[in-house]
Amino acid sequence: MILLPLLGSLLVFAIPSALGAARIKSIAFAIFGIVFALFVTAAMQFQINATDQFQLVESYEWITAFGVSWSVGVDGLGLVMLGLVTILVPVVLLAAWRDVADDAVGKFYGLNLLLQSVVIAVFVATDLFMFYVFFELMLVPMYFLIGRYGVGDRRKAAVKFLIFSLVGGLILLAGVISLWVQSLRITEIGSFNLEFLSTLGLNIETQRWLFVAFFIAFAIKAPLVPVHSWLPDAAQSSTPAVAVLLIGILDKVGTYAMLRFLLPLFPEASAELAPVALTLATLSIFYGALMAIGSKDMKRLMAYVSISHFGFIVLGIFAFTTQGISGAMFYMFSHGLSTAALFLAVGYLMQRTGSSEISDHAGAFQITPLLAGLILFGGLSSVALPGLASFIAEFTVLLGTFARYPILAGFATLGIVVAAVYALWLYQRTMTGHPSDAVSGIKDVSGREVIALSPVIALTLVLGFVPQLAFDLLNPTSEKVMQQVSQVDPAALIDGEN
Amino acid sequence: MMIPTQVFLQPSIDWFVISPFTILLGAGVVSLLIETFAKRSMRRPLQLLLVFTSLVASLAMTAMLFGTQTLTAGDAVAIDGPGIALQAIIALVAIIGAAGLAENKVDPSGDAFAARASAIPGSSDERAFTQAGWYSTEIWTLFLFAVGGMQLFVVANDLLTMFIALEVMSLPLYLMAGMARRRRLLSQEAALKYFVLGAYSSAFFLFGAALVYGATGGINFDDIAFAIPTRPQMSTLLVTGVVLILVGMLFKVGSAPFHQWTPDVYQGAPTTLTAFMAAGVKVAAFGAMMRLVYSAFGSLIWDWRPILWAVTLITMFVGVFVALVQSDIKRMLAYSSIAHAGFIMVGLISGTNAGIISILFYLTAYAFTTLGIFLLVSLIRDASGEASGIESWRGLASKSPITALSITFLMLALAGFPLTSGFIAKFSIFASAIQAEQTPLVLLAILASAIAVVFYLRIVVLMYFRRSESDEVAVAIPSNFTIIALVVSILMTLILGVYPQPLFDLLAQSPLFIR
Repeated sequence: MILLPLLGSLLVFAIPSALGAARIKSIAFAIFGIVFALFVTAAMQFQINATDQFQLVESYEWITAFGVSWSVGVDGLGLVMLGLVTILVPVVLLAAWRDVADDAVGKFYGLNLLLQSVVIAVFVATDLFMFYVFFELMLVPMYFLIGRYGVGDRRKAAVKFLIFSLVGGLILLAGVISLWVQSLRITEIGSFNLEFLSTLGLNIETQRWLFVAFFIAFAIKAPLVPVHSWLPDAAQSSTPAVAVLLIGILDKVGTYAMLRFLLPLFPEASAELAPVALTLATLSIFYGALMAIGSKDMKRLMAYVSISHFGFIVLGIFAFTTQGISGAMFYMFSHGLSTAALFLAVGYLMQRTGSSEISDHAGAFQITPLLAGLILFGGLSSVALPGLASFIAEFTVLLGTFARYPILAGFATLGIVVAAVYALWLYQRTMTGHPSDAVSGIKDVSGREVIALSPVIALTLVLGFVPQLAFDLLNPTSEKVMQQVSQVDPAALIDGEN
Repeated sequence: MMIPTQVFLQPSIDWFVISPFTILLGAGVVSLLIETFAKRSMRRPLQLLLVFTSLVASLAMTAMLFGTQTLTAGDAVAIDGPGIALQAIIALVAIIGAAGLAENKVDPSGDAFAARASAIPGSSDERAFTQAGWYSTEIWTLFLFAVGGMQLFVVANDLLTMFIALEVMSLPLYLMAGMARRRRLLSQEAALKYFVLGAYSSAFFLFGAALVYGATGGINFDDIAFAIPTRPQMSTLLVTGVVLILVGMLFKVGSAPFHQWTPDVYQGAPTTLTAFMAAGVKVAAFGAMMRLVYSAFGSLIWDWRPILWAVTLITMFVGVFVALVQSDIKRMLAYSSIAHAGFIMVGLISGTNAGIISILFYLTAYAFTTLGIFLLVSLIRDASGEASGIESWRGLASKSPITALSITFLMLALAGFPLTSGFIAKFSIFASAIQAEQTPLVLLAILASAIAVVFYLRIVVLMYFRRSESDEVAVAIPSNFTIIALVVSILMTLILGVYPQPLFDLLAQSPLFIR
């Protein structure tokens, strides 16, 4: 499953552009289709009530000198994230059908296939070394996608993205090596195996240091305030499609890794330092929302919205309740969907008017009612309107947080109010009123553009009404995480289990 | 101290175990004879045949000797695991380096060396020789001696043998550095600077060796190691001597503050030679330095460790910070090689077997990557020769996608990205140092690597994200020599990054220095 898009990307790179853009695209989509089929097969084999944490496990020795193995396996969380990757990448590319010039199609699709294979590897790795390798490797295709196909001051944004990520990555490297040395000292076996490492029983002092190293790396990736400043720049300078990949998928690796590695590996330190993480999360919720209100550029606005949403996710994770963690995981999935819906719909608009300034647009509703509808849907989905997946996610996170930290949760709830302001105000300023020069004469969305968004919209609605589908997968994982950090749900919550 | 009168006994020499470098030195002599007796038109093919045969023979001998542990030639030469590994690496590097040096398609008038080095730059003689299509085939004689010297350098087991090997390795390189076909004055200046500073550092080494002899009464590493704990009253003399010897060695590996020659020589020397020198000298000098500090001065670790600690720190940061502001690609790579010297010294400081293995791995990885990148630099040319100004690389990706992709890959390897040999190498060095309780140094090294990424990626940005301003700069089509050399270097960088286990297995089988 990892190898297929990788081989595909090599294939697409190798195809001469003379073959014609259309054929390259069809080959790429055929590969995406097969990858998705593989994902579905994997999902069918997955058993919800299995006792082992990871299923569909494969493991081969890789570098025995360091005890590195090529180990893959999925749990509920991993499976859900894989679903997100395999669905979102083709959706995004379908929406971005005409984003790149015909002679650059081969490279563009090649980079995307490469990105998909690397991200899949990140989500299935159960070996810390393997995870790290692919965690860093994600940067390469993304860097080129921003720097080469972006708009505006894209080089600066790409470099800023890369430097932030690399600094985080190198701090993580220091942590990874130290952890390996610890395992060598304690058990005389140097290993990167996740389950093995989580049974080491590190003392609290060591845990604290390593927690900080890992947390910084993942917080940069997520991103949390105060290490978020690369995201608005990167999003503004990317095409909407690349921005969705960046925010909707790549950044999820940060929060995913907190659940997969940070909590199980350093349980005591996680509990001890949770207040720090919670504070940063709450700060992100408000900072992101307020900055979104003040943004003049639509892509910047959406990037800040995401920072706010990542705040919710981290809040859910560090609340240490089953509900909070399940909610956070659900949020990660639904946020991918709502990001895609909003970014791509707004992207359609920007492509038509050639501007991403909010002030250039007004009254688009009269000209392009269907597009306005899509944007409204995206906006409401990111405000968490009941009936949509994001509502369930936000609600569960807040419920889970409330059980342990009622004041913090109450405070965070205010974030929803602010969210309504930025989303509705965006809609009001761009869609209603008298049509501006830029929007007059543009065409409404085409069939392809609607088809591209339809899976996202459908999933948002389905999960909005039947969230149990996902929670059945996620709950065992969050219970496992709770066990690993030796936390129990506060008494008030036991009855309210969803 | 009384020196007992002794009858001079000829030491018994095990010719078989020292054959890797004796083959090369012998070939050097034969090569000199070819130079003297063969017809001019026959010299180049004969020399190439000789060079490649002898290098392959030398490599084959190291393979046959694998696992041997013995002292020979009156204990002056120690054949052991790391020694053989280093000899094999040097032979491999030399084969690829020779392929690069043999390139004669890139420059319209011949190979990278002056038609005749003795002709005055800009004179009518020079033009005549160039038009006659002459080659300086004596570079192959020099080359063979240099490689033989390197191989002896890494197995030398006493201070004098080590010094002689150092000179056998260095002298030919001083000469070759001054023999560039293009920009000859720059090349000659570089050679002079290299020679003067090199001679100066040799003097440090010799003076240090004299002091150590004074303090311990021996030049053999075993005698020195044995004598150190027995003579505490001599410790000032001894430590001074060790420091002076280390200064001589640090010059060769290009550590700050003894690094000033590196950028000038790397820039001035013919680029294909720079490729070989940057890889080969680094391997040989670090190999010898490792043997010196572990084998002879192992018990003085508490004395040399703080000194090397400071040098390492200065080296890493001088390397990365100065590289940031370079405008010439060869100078930038020179400062990057200084930074890499710093990273390798992190492993030296750990002072453990894991440290030795990680250094050997790092040297192998670094050697191939460096060879590859310099050979690529030599292909990018404009009308006056190589276009090594960084700005002239703008938009290279649109002119030659494959070259740009190869450069990007090797730059990522130098920066230490995963799935390249550079990452595994850095990882193993840092892991060995953390195991040896050197965490602060590793954190600083990681910081330096983060800074280093900036200048490696600057090149990538230039190649991919900028438009070229002129059509003058183009990628030359090389002959098969360079293509093979490049393919091997890039493949090794990839293989050692994806599946490094076999090399670690080989290195781990005999990681110990004998003395």
